[in-house]
Amino acid sequence: MTAAVLPHPLHPPVAARPLLAVEGLQKRYGGLVAVKSIGFAVRPGEILGLIGPNGSGKSTVMKLIMGLERPNAGSVRLDGTEIAGWPSHRVARAGIGLVFQHSRPLHRQTVLENIKLALLPDNLLRLIADPRVEAKARVIAERVGLGAVMDRRPATLPFADLRRMELAKAIARDPKVVLVDEPFAGLTQGEVADFSQLIRGFRDEGKAVLLVDHNVKSVAALVDRVLAMYLGERVAEGSAAEVMRNETVRRVYLGGAIETAARPQSAFSGEPLLKIEALDVLYGKAQALQGVSLHVHEGEFVSVVGLNGAGKTTLFNAVSGLVPYSGRIACGGEDLSRRTPAAIARSGIVQVPETRELFGEMSVRENLDLGGQHLPKAESARQLDWLLDLFPILRSRSGQMARTLSGGEQQMLTIARALMMRPRLLILDEPTLGLAPVILEQLSKALERLRQTTPITVLLGEQNVTFALPHADRVYVLEHARIVWEGTPDRFAAEAGTGYL
Amino acid sequence: MLHTLLRSPLLWLTVIGLGLAAVLPLWVSGYILGLLTVAYYFGVFSMAWDLLFGFAGEVNFGPTFLIGLGAYSAGILNGHGVPIALCLAAGAAAAVIGGVVLALPALRVRGPYFGLTTVVAVLILQNLIVVFAETTGGEIGLTVPDVISIDAATNYWIALGFMTVSGLILFAIATSPVGLILQASGQDPVEAGALGFNVAKHKLAAFCVSAVFSGLAGALLVFYMGTASVGTLVDVSVGVQVIIAAVLGGRRTIVGGVLGAVFLIAAGELLRPLGALSTFVVSAAALVVILFVPAGLLGLLTRQGQRA
Repeated sequence: MTAAVLPHPLHPPVAARPLLAVEGLQKRYGGLVAVKSIGFAVRPGEILGLIGPNGSGKSTVMKLIMGLERPNAGSVRLDGTEIAGWPSHRVARAGIGLVFQHSRPLHRQTVLENIKLALLPDNLLRLIADPRVEAKARVIAERVGLGAVMDRRPATLPFADLRRMELAKAIARDPKVVLVDEPFAGLTQGEVADFSQLIRGFRDEGKAVLLVDHNVKSVAALVDRVLAMYLGERVAEGSAAEVMRNETVRRVYLGGAIETAARPQSAFSGEPLLKIEALDVLYGKAQALQGVSLHVHEGEFVSVVGLNGAGKTTLFNAVSGLVPYSGRIACGGEDLSRRTPAAIARSGIVQVPETRELFGEMSVRENLDLGGQHLPKAESARQLDWLLDLFPILRSRSGQMARTLSGGEQQMLTIARALMMRPRLLILDEPTLGLAPVILEQLSKALERLRQTTPITVLLGEQNVTFALPHADRVYVLEHARIVWEGTPDRFAAEAGTGYL
Repeated sequence: MLHTLLRSPLLWLTVIGLGLAAVLPLWVSGYILGLLTVAYYFGVFSMAWDLLFGFAGEVNFGPTFLIGLGAYSAGILNGHGVPIALCLAAGAAAAVIGGVVLALPALRVRGPYFGLTTVVAVLILQNLIVVFAETTGGEIGLTVPDVISIDAATNYWIALGFMTVSGLILFAIATSPVGLILQASGQDPVEAGALGFNVAKHKLAAFCVSAVFSGLAGALLVFYMGTASVGTLVDVSVGVQVIIAAVLGGRRTIVGGVLGAVFLIAAGELLRPLGALSTFVVSAAALVVILFVPAGLLGLLTRQGQRA
């Protein structure tokens, strides 16, 4: 760090020389070219946004830089040193840090000890920690806003604090180049502001920062420059505003205007398939759901719209019998409260969780076959054929292991697997979570076909209104554990749209 | 650090336990001392195994590969007139060398394959011992000319002392910064690498440490019993006993292994009247603990302290 402060008579000014220079980077997985000849440079004190929809190869670029994957060709230079192909621990020690989106922290240790871990040298003989490590870790914990929870264990922390801890670990390594994977995923407005401030702190210290994210908008306020990728290639580079104006980027990203296609309510009559009355769920002292009542008719498509933390997942988990509740949930007139989750699933209520829960080490085909396990063979084959027509991408990927699919493809597979079980009621929990608009549109089309060609009943939970409205016959708005609005999608914009559009 | 250590119920339980164990020869018969001596050596096997499983996150299904290497190297050398002290050192060294040769390629493979490699290593060692029967004694076993002592109490104290020192060293490593890095490597190797830690190096080092103690304890056990045989030191079932003892005592506790080993041997002895059924009862009891008290016996004992 001191080297950057001292005057360097022999070298050009520090700001002119890139800290991280990537050239002609390429990565193939079997026949799939994930990254095609990507190149860019990040200077000290600069924030570059690496943007692209799911499956565009942006995460692969990040892994190639960090040494988590080996490139097939190309060069990665850190402050002039070629590091392409080095193992990650050498890359890390050379001065690159990665802020993971998810990690498995040390569960038996406190937050402070987790941060101390990042301060330790890679030395087998260091059996006693340097006493300065403790003080340093405390300072870092305070800096990222973990001061109050230093002595707690990671498992007891909310999501935002876990992300703070990841950031703290990166700060502890004092890297020259910081890579941040989806900096704002899952954070509230206030937390986004906090994190932006912390990331600006990296820039002010003269570090080179690379933010990897889905869309320009989320990082526009933070980045100096943006590089947009699509299908492994660069499609645009420039300021956030320039990239947002770029024709290709707009084509890749833009979805159409919201068109609703609700069927008249009179089409659905009689006893509803799913009926929830006065549902209350408590997590300890926190009220996760309060007096929620809703119903879904046979063949109806109902969307529950709500921001993160509104209680959507809790609502679905209650229906699936995964959380204790008070109130009444009935399916086809039968009370579900005494049934086990397995019995509820067998009765035809199938939930697609937002975490997807695929069998990563099994092929696409095997995942689907598992879903159709209880069907007779011929019927299972017919169902499979129909699903592969519904999601053509899965047909071309059928031999691939599920974990190698992109996020969007995994989501389609999860839905397809649920459909293999021929559900009476399909519950989709945030299927668009982490998906780029282009994938979203494919998914949206698949849902549309599903709605038009089958009498399926769907209960969809979404944060993304542009995805939730077009298919819905009826919409509920869930806010802070309560249903605050119910109506048809065409009335939504006028009556409940503020805050969503 | 010292403050929290002094307040830990684990420390006081250990001190009291060791104190009682040290004066035991004044009260009990030579026969029981003999059983405990073996139990203590098995305790070291289990503690060494826990460093790999509980901290580095690698399941070594072949602890007896390391134990057997140590025991047989020491025994064979002693047969050629090498003094006991040198034999012990050679046994530990042989275990480390064998361990490195095994672990270098094995740590490259992912997930359950490391465990499978270690099982195969045991089978190979077992086979070699039988094939080279002229040097190793084959299926009959190897008799060593020297023993450390013929006095039951002396042997008991040596085993107790060795176990205490081994436990201290292993516990110190586990709670040191290196132990922290090991745990991180076991839990999330990708992130550990991205934090600048050479995961393979740390796991290999853990394997070596585990090998030193396994090999040394194996060699000591030979000079206590005066014999080495495949059935008592190398067989896969012996390895399973070591693993059960460690898991029974409590994963990630190091010292739990001793508790588990003593429990297994004591239970086997108490149930001896049941004949062949005793193995079944002990195994069933072990299964119950593993299924319903995954934290192990030590977890059960210290739960009160952890809650406070």
